[in-house]
Amino acid sequence: MTAHGRTRALIFVAEHSLAIALSAMFLAPIVFLLLTSFMSNEQQLTADPWPRTWHPENYLDVFARTPMLSYTLNTVIYAVAATGLMLLASVPAAYALSKLKWRGRNAIFIAIICVMMLPPQVVTVPLYLMWASAGLTGSLWPLILPMLAGDAFSIFLLRQFLVTIPDDYVDAARVDGCGEWRTLLRVVVPIARPGIAAAAMFQFFYCWNDYYGPLLYTSENEKAWTLSLGLASFRSLHHVDWNLATAATMLTLIPVVVLFFFAQKAFVRGVTLTGVKG
Amino acid sequence: MSTVLRRRLTVLAFIGPALAGLVVFFVYPLLAAVYFSLHRVDLINPPEWVGLANWRFLFHDLNVRHAAGNTLWFVVVMVPARIVGAIATAMLLNRVKRGRTAYRTLFYLPALAPPVVATLAFVSLLKPGTGPVNTLLAKVGIEGPLWFNSPDWAKPALVLLALWGIGDLMIIFVAALLDVPVELYEAASLDGAGAWQRFRNVTLPSISPVVLFAAVTGVIATLQYFTQAAVAASVASGDAVTGGGISGTFGYPEGSTFTYPLWLYTVGFRNGLLGYSSVLAVVLFVVAIAVTLVLLRRFQAFAGSVR
Repeated sequence: MTAHGRTRALIFVAEHSLAIALSAMFLAPIVFLLLTSFMSNEQQLTADPWPRTWHPENYLDVFARTPMLSYTLNTVIYAVAATGLMLLASVPAAYALSKLKWRGRNAIFIAIICVMMLPPQVVTVPLYLMWASAGLTGSLWPLILPMLAGDAFSIFLLRQFLVTIPDDYVDAARVDGCGEWRTLLRVVVPIARPGIAAAAMFQFFYCWNDYYGPLLYTSENEKAWTLSLGLASFRSLHHVDWNLATAATMLTLIPVVVLFFFAQKAFVRGVTLTGVKG
Repeated sequence: MSTVLRRRLTVLAFIGPALAGLVVFFVYPLLAAVYFSLHRVDLINPPEWVGLANWRFLFHDLNVRHAAGNTLWFVVVMVPARIVGAIATAMLLNRVKRGRTAYRTLFYLPALAPPVVATLAFVSLLKPGTGPVNTLLAKVGIEGPLWFNSPDWAKPALVLLALWGIGDLMIIFVAALLDVPVELYEAASLDGAGAWQRFRNVTLPSISPVVLFAAVTGVIATLQYFTQAAVAASVASGDAVTGGGISGTFGYPEGSTFTYPLWLYTVGFRNGLLGYSSVLAVVLFVVAIAVTLVLLRRFQAFAGSVR
């Protein structure tokens, strides 16, 4: 081996050692959760990281001993309904901001960026009072209904995607006599499918992971709790041990990971396009 | 119907719901927050005018000083730590040829973990007595800290948690680094620039719009830092009485993780002082908008970088 070749081999080994060490660090917390979730009640109190006996029944016990099923159903309803409504309103809005020309377009776009940047706590008090006077606190409606107006971050993401579609495509459809709605549905939506998929995934994950929203609106009514809210008060409220708590934690994590693997490309594309996470 | 009118109606049909949303969920609550900040507000009685009383209290409130101090600590430590970590992992990722996709997925995965899940994982990972990290440290003769149970170590533990989730930022920097023209590196190498000089004089200037963007969004995200601090405190404090919204453990241990949004939430929804809570909200808005303006002023650079 030449000296040059040896240096390159050394660099290769160094880079991969570093990458493997980092991978281990990124994975370790999840592996630790997984192992704990299979432990017995006695073992989860010890420092022994590997299960002495395996207890997959923890994953069933957690449903029997806590309202895990209700948390899951609420989370699915919240995430699916919010994502569906968000798309219905956000896709046309993004189309108007990228493919239609009208006065005030830039001003509205900047306003949407401002909303996107706004910490949710700023508008919490007036919105809470608004939903309370409508009698909807104690449910997930205050988190789902606003999606009828779309979501600022999603509009931004979709708009960034739609501007990359050449105007020629849209103009050609118009020349063929398509109205704007037909142009959107027949021409733009099929091309923008990866962008729409990314926006939908971001919204779904945002709802799935949301803690502040459900805490604010549903903490008074455990029947409406989501997984995030339920998990956070699991041990104290239902007196379950770490092994069951970690089993529930894994159950919350798994759908996210599965969905990610199915749509990884769209997701990575979305992150680079906007430079922000939801 | 005239074509101009039809045209306007079409635009309105597309953007209308979003415009209504802007008014109902943004403009109205902003104005209402200012209005409420001048009133005594609770859930039962109509708002009662109190002038600047809520605002004056802001200057006598020791808790807000403490909470704002903690949030500032997070802004100063967490944001740069995440950016440096993300650039470093992105550079490593771009150098590795074989297995890059697998590494990228692995590095990115933790960023997807729900914050509550991630926090639970780190609290159990860093359990002082029996957690694997301190067990490992003990094996090499180091006495591990109390992490989430120590007022000095709870915040650094939360920074570790934030570093674990840098995957999203890393992906942005991977793309930004690939956009740096190779000729610039070649020219710098010909001029005899070392690795550090190439990074300092070529890489950093090329990716600076993305760094600015990451810094601004990072500061905004950290200003609203709530979930991880709330959950870590509630879980690490053990069997204190906690329910979704009635936790008395915010800030545990000794207020070290008590952030500004936690105080805003506590004032409004535990103590029922919605007027004073609105004062805190208006202050948060002013700070957030000032940070956002930095981004908008550089919008050209930012829009160019993300295309």
